[in-house]
Amino acid sequence: MTDLATPPNSSASAEPKAMIQLQGVGKTYPGSTVPAVADLDLHIAEGEILVLVGPSGCGKSTTLRLINRMIEPTSGRIIFDGEDVTTVNPDELRRRIGYVIQQIGLFPHQTIAQNIATVPKLLGWDKKRIAARVDELLEVTGLDPNLFRDRYPKELSGGQAQRVGVARALGGDPEVLLMDEPFGAIDPITRDRLQNEFLRLQGELKKTIVFVTHDIDEAIKMGDRIAILGEQSVIRQFDTPERILAYPVDDFVSDFIGAGSTLKGLNFERVRDLKLAEDWPIISVDTDRADALRLYDASPEKWMLVLDAEQRPIRWVNKHHLADVDTPLDRAGAEVNATVLPNATLHDALEEMLLSNAGQAVVVDDKGRCQGILDIERLADVLKRLRGQAKKHYEELAIQEAADLANGSTPPSNTETGAGH
Amino acid sequence: MSDVVKAPVDAGLGRRIPFKVIASGVLAAVVLWWLFIADTAADNDVFEGLRVMWDGILELPALVINPDAYQSWWNWMSQAEGWSPIIERSIETTQLVVMAMTFAIAISIVLGVIVHRVAALRGPVIGVASIMLTIPSLALFAIFISIPAIGVGDRGPIIALTMYSILPILRNTVTGLEEVDRAVIESAKGMGLNSSQRLLRVELPLAWPIILTGIRVATLLVIGISAIAPLVGGTGLGRYINNGLQRFPDVTSVERMWTGVFFTILLALIADLFFTLVRRLTTSKGLR
Repeated sequence: MTDLATPPNSSASAEPKAMIQLQGVGKTYPGSTVPAVADLDLHIAEGEILVLVGPSGCGKSTTLRLINRMIEPTSGRIIFDGEDVTTVNPDELRRRIGYVIQQIGLFPHQTIAQNIATVPKLLGWDKKRIAARVDELLEVTGLDPNLFRDRYPKELSGGQAQRVGVARALGGDPEVLLMDEPFGAIDPITRDRLQNEFLRLQGELKKTIVFVTHDIDEAIKMGDRIAILGEQSVIRQFDTPERILAYPVDDFVSDFIGAGSTLKGLNFERVRDLKLAEDWPIISVDTDRADALRLYDASPEKWMLVLDAEQRPIRWVNKHHLADVDTPLDRAGAEVNATVLPNATLHDALEEMLLSNAGQAVVVDDKGRCQGILDIERLADVLKRLRGQAKKHYEELAIQEAADLANGSTPPSNTETGAGH
Repeated sequence: MSDVVKAPVDAGLGRRIPFKVIASGVLAAVVLWWLFIADTAADNDVFEGLRVMWDGILELPALVINPDAYQSWWNWMSQAEGWSPIIERSIETTQLVVMAMTFAIAISIVLGVIVHRVAALRGPVIGVASIMLTIPSLALFAIFISIPAIGVGDRGPIIALTMYSILPILRNTVTGLEEVDRAVIESAKGMGLNSSQRLLRVELPLAWPIILTGIRVATLLVIGISAIAPLVGGTGLGRYINNGLQRFPDVTSVERMWTGVFFTILLALIADLFFTLVRRLTTSKGLR
């Protein structure tokens, strides 16, 4: 949510340092008049994961490969950490940029340790430092060095191989990592685990990462920011996953992110940030029946929550249960089977609510004490608010751009832009 | 040349049975057989020719198991000729082959790398190498005698043997380099290995098992052809064969020929064993 607070186009100094800048970068292959990548401006901030996502053939891989000049751009400039690298020796540039590809491309004739040592060796590190680095990287990628150091790539499973691929890319401790559909060829369960581990690793390493995928769900999961690319790598929307889900700027984007984007957006909101419902009747297990009935009648809701002596939610009761004086309150009505912790996402909460006996979830703290009740109206409010905020953001952006144009200044190239410019 | 592994063209043939190829092969064999017999037999009598040939084949087992022949061969080798000249001749052949192979390996791998990188050269270079292999060996040896700078001796044979070795090694070098996984080269490039580092640290090591197979095939080929070297004044085990042929059917002529043939085959077997060992020692465990 913090990103939403950042005013658009705030002065450059307030933003994190741009690690990579593409300025009007384009690629037109010889013999073709249509550029594969047309005039792309892109700022990638230090320490962020920027996901390039788009349909097949939109040029997202080409764009990625322009950054480490695996493909030489035919126009524009590439600024890497403040230095123009458009014409420096590409091999030396690549040693400073980790590169992970879907097919991994481990060297089959070398051991895992030798594979990971590739860049350190090129950089001329001494043997001791390289050996220590190899073990360190195997450990952080979740592979036991003693077990894997001397193995060969053919002895690895797909998931293990891609871990080694990531470890190898990190070998020379590069500031930037380029990842081209790194988990695309891995089975869904392993992929999910690798994604989570990678996010945890990134939490420690804080590398600047450019990540290409065609899978919008992966983009939403991995990205701090997402650039949705259309034909010729034209940026259709460039924003945080939250805002893209809340407010796709045009049909292209909404078609691409597909149905269910609203539900996906619930993944970014946490229960603790919500104002919980206040008008639900809550009673303690030893409340007098008459008082309980009076409270129930005063409330518009059809259910009433019963807490035990430790404030833990135990039962949902309605009028009939209250009237049935023979059944004690701790056994009356329906069991409370849907509770969520404050740090749960709204997506989790919604799932709990759907499974719940009463149609709403009880928010509890880590000791199980009731904090409040989450109902479907709260969720609807959140979605409405998110959409409203995103819409407002884009409207402000449009006004700003119009003002910039009127002033004759060129719009900043890292505009978190909407459609077509 | 069936030993050249994984030539792309052959790849499809391994899977289904090539009926057409087998049928035309059988047809060609029948025709050749017929013509050969018809030509050699008296009065162009094909059936008489067949009968004579059949008699010859029937005699063969008796010849092969005749202990006297072996005894006489053994006596000639151990007493008349003695072991040390035989070993010397074997070493001469080995020298010829090693020299020719050294040149051929150097030339073929360099050419192979160039051809692999410059696709346009592939057709012409492989074509020329193929043509060299089709020149009859005796003819090639003879051509070199007529060149003053080469003349008689070992020089002609070494050049000829080198020329014969180029095609198998060159073709396998190109095939080997082509078969290196694109993703491996891509990742090598992405990590900042420059073009020669990629070649020396990634491409050649990965192509090496296939290149080595080419070298092995070429070596065996060249050991066989080297037997002709003495005809143009060269050295080696071929001298025994040559001497025996010249003396035939005098006494010791067969013994001489057998000696030359036997030790040539022995050298080939040793070379094959040697390459098995080299393959084991020089191929990464990760590729086996």
